[in-house]
Amino acid sequence: MIRRPTPERFRLRRTMMFMNAQKPGLIKDAYIYGCDSIILDLEDAVAENQKDAARFSLYHALTSIDYGNTEVIVRINGLDTPHWQEDIRVCVACGADGIRIAKCESAQDVKTVEQAVKKAEQEFGVELGRTLLMAALESPKGILNAYEICSASKRMFGVAISGGDFRKCMQTTFQPDGIDMIAARGYMLIAARAAGIQCFDTVFTNLDDEDGFLAELNQNKAMGFDGKSLINPKQIEPVHKIFAPTAKEVAQAEKIIKAYKEQSVAGVGVFTVDGKMIDLAFIPGAKRTLKLAEACGLYKGDLLL
Amino acid sequence: MINSVGREIPDFLLKNGRGVYQGKHHMDGMYIQKQAPRTRRYEKPQQTKVIDSIVLALENCGAKDGMTFSFHHHLRNGDYVANMVMKAAIEELGLKDLVIAATSLGDAHDPIAQYIEDGKIVGIQTSGIRGKIGEVVSSGKLKTPAIIRSHGGRPRAIEEGELHIDITFIAAPTSDCMGNCRGVGGKSDCGSMGYAMSDAKYADHVVVITDCLVDFPNYPASIEAIDVDNVVVVESIGNPKKIASAAARISQNPRDLMMAENVAKIIASTPYFKDGFSFQTGVGGPSLAANLFLEKYMDEKKITMGWAIGGICGPIVELLKKNKIKKIIDVQDFDLEAVNSIHRTPNHFEMSASQYANPANKGAFVNSLDFVVLAALEIDTDFNVNVLTGSDGILRGAPGGHPDTAAGSKVCIIVTPLTRGRMATVCEKVVTVTTPGDCVDVLVTDYGIAVNPLRQDLIECLDKASIPHLPIEQLKEKAYSLVGCPDDLQWEDKVVAVLQARDGSILDVVRKIKPYIIK
Amino acid sequence: MEINHIAVAGTLESSDAMVTIEPGYGNIELELSSSVMNQYGRQIKETILQTLSRLNVHSAKVTVVDKGALDCTLKARVECAVYRSCDMSNENLPWGGIIQ
Repeated sequence: MIRRPTPERFRLRRTMMFMNAQKPGLIKDAYIYGCDSIILDLEDAVAENQKDAARFSLYHALTSIDYGNTEVIVRINGLDTPHWQEDIRVCVACGADGIRIAKCESAQDVKTVEQAVKKAEQEFGVELGRTLLMAALESPKGILNAYEICSASKRMFGVAISGGDFRKCMQTTFQPDGIDMIAARGYMLIAARAAGIQCFDTVFTNLDDEDGFLAELNQNKAMGFDGKSLINPKQIEPVHKIFAPTAKEVAQAEKIIKAYKEQSVAGVGVFTVDGKMIDLAFIPGAKRTLKLAEACGLYKGDLLL
Repeated sequence: MINSVGREIPDFLLKNGRGVYQGKHHMDGMYIQKQAPRTRRYEKPQQTKVIDSIVLALENCGAKDGMTFSFHHHLRNGDYVANMVMKAAIEELGLKDLVIAATSLGDAHDPIAQYIEDGKIVGIQTSGIRGKIGEVVSSGKLKTPAIIRSHGGRPRAIEEGELHIDITFIAAPTSDCMGNCRGVGGKSDCGSMGYAMSDAKYADHVVVITDCLVDFPNYPASIEAIDVDNVVVVESIGNPKKIASAAARISQNPRDLMMAENVAKIIASTPYFKDGFSFQTGVGGPSLAANLFLEKYMDEKKITMGWAIGGICGPIVELLKKNKIKKIIDVQDFDLEAVNSIHRTPNHFEMSASQYANPANKGAFVNSLDFVVLAALEIDTDFNVNVLTGSDGILRGAPGGHPDTAAGSKVCIIVTPLTRGRMATVCEKVVTVTTPGDCVDVLVTDYGIAVNPLRQDLIECLDKASIPHLPIEQLKEKAYSLVGCPDDLQWEDKVVAVLQARDGSILDVVRKIKPYIIK
Repeated sequence: MEINHIAVAGTLESSDAMVTIEPGYGNIELELSSSVMNQYGRQIKETILQTLSRLNVHSAKVTVVDKGALDCTLKARVECAVYRSCDMSNENLPWGGIIQ
């Protein structure tokens, strides 16, 4: 039996790819495409009368297939369905890294899931607090409650917007310039940053529109998203390319960390790099840049050790 | 005797000068004696060679028991001709002990399986064997072992006289009354007729079967009237829907695309990737998709392809039309776009199977080929490839041009997923060796890339381009860790098929599979 | 476990298996067909029988049409069919207990 390592709450999550948990041919090796996280779906992708079968598949896939460094998240059914409690039990029992709460609208929703997760961890003898949570905001109410949702639990690592349902609620449709969701994206990002968790953008569904996808990715990066939900492996590489730091950013981050290491030995808190004043507040950002660069194959140094 | 790919070849097959396989260019520089064709004289003035029925043509050509009839497979799974001829010969003329020498046999020829079971057909020589014929031969019902040759090995065997054809039957989309044939302009167009050319030159008798008689002279002709005895006009020579599929589309399967992109990356990393390079690819998902990514690298490097060969399909024709390929030389067409292009698009030419791939002439096209991208049913840790037998030991595949292009090209890339369902594609020992490992250079799978250690030069290219690769043993172990270690197939002693290497030596044999019983 | 009524799990897609389970006559009667019979028939049969035995199913007629499923899929399909046949497939399953 495969025992997955303890999940890391703030790991790299540029690409989170959905996979139908009911399709053996898909889930057996979804990791080969190189996404950071896969989201095995028990919700929309699985027909109402196959929810039970999908859980058996999920349990055996996670306990027998080595997904390596790829994070495995499970999207469970909504809290208004009869399925979510058993979904949580199987997720915890098979050692999923995290649970994606669909249609989350309040801090209470997160707490309800957290309670059930805790109970399952006790039932299955899993380390308490191991199973992480993320929330998908799919309604105006969810967006408006973003901050309380983001800060509802220590298990929460991130929040994502789900465009399909949200646009319907807002009586709009996909717009190439992103104007349809600009306010929601911005509001959710502010909430996530205020709560200190990660933030992910919605899926891009038109696989043939490569230019549209790239435009959306550039906007995502400019707005400060950590990553994106994906529906097809061919979307992975463009995301990794666009989210990669530039050579200039990497060099700058390297200088900052180097200078910081030297100065901190000497006990200095504020110093200059290329004539710019640098203090402790710059360090996490520089570290994040190097970590990202390392994942993108752009940095091979030892400053992260 | 054990040959150089480690296969035990029974002694009873090693006679009349036939030896075991000894390496990819073992016979280079040797001489062969070509057989001179035997042909009938038609001195008198003639109005027409059209004759009323296949039976009359058979009689006119002196068909009798024990003869070898040959067919070509340009009509692919839509072919009616082989079935019509065998039915006439066996059911109407009552002939027996016949041998079929085809360029390939598939599902379209299922009715012929019955004649094998009945003992009317006693020998099969082919470059591909699928469907019911494959099952019947595998079950040991053919009197003599089937002989499987590559597309290049077949014209070699014909020219050397090893395969003597008494009557060949040309499935002709168009013909005139004297037998000038073309692959376009009728109702069952197939494009190139390249595989039939050696047969028409060397067979004692040539019968053209067409469903579209056109004015004399039908020119320029693929098969020439000077070689033809009779022309028979029938209602239909094939099912156009199955002859050429609608344009072959590039796969959207993410697994195929990922592998295809790696294939293109590898090609671009080698010194052979320069202006004027030559290329052949199969029509399988990932092989065909490699075209798409290759185009990107060609654009980046601002180079064009000199020539492409092989079975041709739409995506390659597209590149020709965009002036990204200078010439296409074509032995067979796989889709309507290719059929409609040959003879019409400038620089899209037809060639014979001998020009394409024969190892015993003075240099077939494959010998000048830079890159070939091919599929595999199985590949083992010695890089031997199987494209003939399924995991159940049954004949269901076609060496085709696989061994020829692999042996001739500078870089042979095999692209295949690591597993198919529960079958490990990368395995310890392939069921049957159809392409020897010394001809295979690189393996691309969805779980990683392996380079044949014989090709240290290519390993350097990949390293320089930072393309990760690993030993093929590791891929095999990964495959077995996913699907489990397969049980060995259980064989009987009886040999049901002999697999010739392209040079005529014996590469492997296929034995009769024992019925499977779970203990 | 007691098989109460006929139940099916799985599909005939490639890499999957379709498992049908019916009440038996005091023993396990297995009918197996597989696209990879010659190489994996023995292992597939073993996996199915082991799974049934783990679930304490000793009387059943089981039909498996295998399309090249991996062991983890075979187990999932057999277990699902068994629990469906007892109308117990939807909640409070013994994950990590007799399901493993």
